Amino acid sequence: MELNNKLTVSASPHVKSAETTTGIMLDVIIALIPAGIASIFVFGARALAVIAVAVICCVLAEFLSRKAMKREQTIGDLSAVVTGLLLAYNLPSNMPLWEVALGSVIAIVVVKQMFGGIGQNFVNPALLARIVLMSAFPARMSAGAFVGLNNTGWDVDGVTGATPMGLITLADGIKDGAPNLMQMFIGTTSGCLGEVSALALILGGIYLIIRKVINPIIPCAYIGTVAIITLIAFGDVNAMLYEILGGGLMIGAIFMATDYTTSPITNKGKFIYAICAGLLTCLIRLFGSLPEGVSFSIIIMNILTPLIENATKPTIFGTVKEKKNKEADA
Amino acid sequence: MANEKIEGVLQPVAKGHGGIHVSHNKNTSKCEIVRMPAPAKVVLPMQQHIGAPNEPTVAVGDEVKIGQVIGRTDAFVSTPVHATVSGKVVAVGPVKVANGSMVQAVTIESDGKMEVLEDLKAPEINSKDDFLKAVRESGLVGLGGAGFPTHVKLAFKEDSGVDTLIINAAECEPYITVDHRECIDNSWDVLSGVYTIKEILGFKHVYIAIEDNKSDAFTELMKVAADNADWDDSVKLVMLPSQYPQGAEKVLIQSVTGRQVPPGKLPSDVGCVVMNVQSISFLGRYLKTGKPLVSRSLTVDGSAIAEPKNIRVPIGTMISDIIDFCGGFKADPYKVIGGGPMMGQALYDINVPLLKNNNAVLAFAADTVRVKETRACIRCGRCVQACPMSLMPTKIETRAHLKDAEGCAAAGAMSCMECGSCAYACPSGRPLVQYMRLAKAVIREESAK
Repeated sequence: MELNNKLTVSASPHVKSAETTTGIMLDVIIALIPAGIASIFVFGARALAVIAVAVICCVLAEFLSRKAMKREQTIGDLSAVVTGLLLAYNLPSNMPLWEVALGSVIAIVVVKQMFGGIGQNFVNPALLARIVLMSAFPARMSAGAFVGLNNTGWDVDGVTGATPMGLITLADGIKDGAPNLMQMFIGTTSGCLGEVSALALILGGIYLIIRKVINPIIPCAYIGTVAIITLIAFGDVNAMLYEILGGGLMIGAIFMATDYTTSPITNKGKFIYAICAGLLTCLIRLFGSLPEGVSFSIIIMNILTPLIENATKPTIFGTVKEKKNKEADA
Repeated sequence: MANEKIEGVLQPVAKGHGGIHVSHNKNTSKCEIVRMPAPAKVVLPMQQHIGAPNEPTVAVGDEVKIGQVIGRTDAFVSTPVHATVSGKVVAVGPVKVANGSMVQAVTIESDGKMEVLEDLKAPEINSKDDFLKAVRESGLVGLGGAGFPTHVKLAFKEDSGVDTLIINAAECEPYITVDHRECIDNSWDVLSGVYTIKEILGFKHVYIAIEDNKSDAFTELMKVAADNADWDDSVKLVMLPSQYPQGAEKVLIQSVTGRQVPPGKLPSDVGCVVMNVQSISFLGRYLKTGKPLVSRSLTVDGSAIAEPKNIRVPIGTMISDIIDFCGGFKADPYKVIGGGPMMGQALYDINVPLLKNNNAVLAFAADTVRVKETRACIRCGRCVQACPMSLMPTKIETRAHLKDAEGCAAAGAMSCMECGSCAYACPSGRPLVQYMRLAKAVIREESAK
């Protein structure tokens, strides 16, 4: 049989796992759906509009920037959809839609594509975009500017209320008017779209852990660190639970800090990274003037990731004994 | 079946890092090894081992019989090539082999009689030197895939601290079942080889290491050992978890003895010798009969093969003849692999001869091969989790692209054994094994300067 030039020749291995980048991104999108549904329940159709604008603008920004740079198209990997969802989930529902679009462009074009696209961004695109928006439009995202529960309509200038994180301080503990823990767990409170329902976020997190998309080290060590420090600081279990369930901690620890590109690859590195993020979050929340510190903590740890990774390189097989011998010699 | 403990069978003493769970596809594990009839011709390359090539000792027109030496050299790291069919030498000259290179070879046209050389007799062994000479004359190379001459491996010094012999029957590559079948179909040869070598070379510990998905191999070997009063219980069976790459030499040594072979060192540096189960089984037979290495067993399987089989064929048989014997292709082959799917070589042509170290021929139809689009690395870390050598393949890739020899070396590129676990796990479909080879080439180039 003449088979010349018909057989495929390639380097080993000749079998591959079923996992693909697109599949992983799809899993993250699935895991984010419960939080999206919760946000629409709490904030109404306006939440849906913010999500839609962010996702569409992120995908469009990715498409156009790849086109402009004359590089192969990457919207098929769905990572831009994930960025869009995460950005939307980190914004209040009364955000003007053009500002949402601006945030999407910052996330995709400035933070992601200008640094080389997927896998190359040095900080989390959605988080940095959120921080840029926070600085550019402080009034929209200050502690007291979030849409309250009773305003689920389109009237963005309607009644606003404080985010739960503005209602707890180290000096006074949980203030009057703060939502109870059950409300915080279910999500019937004010805040950014995706962060309100701890329940929905935990469901998504469990899904990601079961699907082996994320390693539980980061969310567990991050949330655990915050829990321990706040318990010591407040000396009160209720205040600790309030800190864990409130604000952006859940979404940050489960979905933002676990971003592959901006977190250490090694397990030891992940552990150090998550604990440091927890410490920073507590420092900002308890002693800083901002009510919330998750975004800044994660961004700072993103920047430190290469250093952590370098310091936690795995020991190459067969080199342990040599090192020990050297130490013994010395 | 897996993980069931069997009394008297040892468990691994250490668990290494990484590894992957890949579908076993041991479809032929119940297929007894069958002998393929004499092929019309065999092509016998003069170099089927790592080391110095042989010089042909026959000329066109010579009549040869099975077992007759047709190529040899005086170099130590080398082993002779024997005629594997009886018939007439029709060509001596360069031929193309599976890896694409041209090597000197002897082509023999079979007379169909398969006549064995009359004066073959069991080698007389009175000392270790006699034994090593006999092993060299047998033409044996590592039959598991490496192709390293066995007598070189066994020529360790008395005072080198080598005390452990590990027989590798882990067979962690998917599809391949010949080592498994060897334990069952030729269990007596395996054990006789093991006990003889233990006696001659004075190993203190001898282990036969098998993955836990081959429980019938354990029971068969134990039964045969128990039936023979000459064999004490000093040879231990070890049941390893079925995880790729359990059969990789360094991983195997760690699982069985807990010792780690340092980068750039050999198993003998940690007191171990590892031999493939087919090599030991061959030695068991050879020491009784004196018949050199003229045939070997291999698995023929894959979605494009009509009748998957385990077969015993003369070395030098054309791969195309082997496939024809297994019913030919039932679907258009997309990829034909010499060896296993994880570390085997994709063949560009099936009109190449089977070499001594080739343990499988697999052929796959296009619709059964998963092809992943190559995308950018997303730093997910799956390659790092998978690497049994605890390397960071993605880091090495970056260094290799930059032609940074120092960086490649510091990242441990030379420790990579190209098992393919990283590339298997990569969701972005990056050809990481190729990049590891590139990194090694960068290092070699730099050190050659």
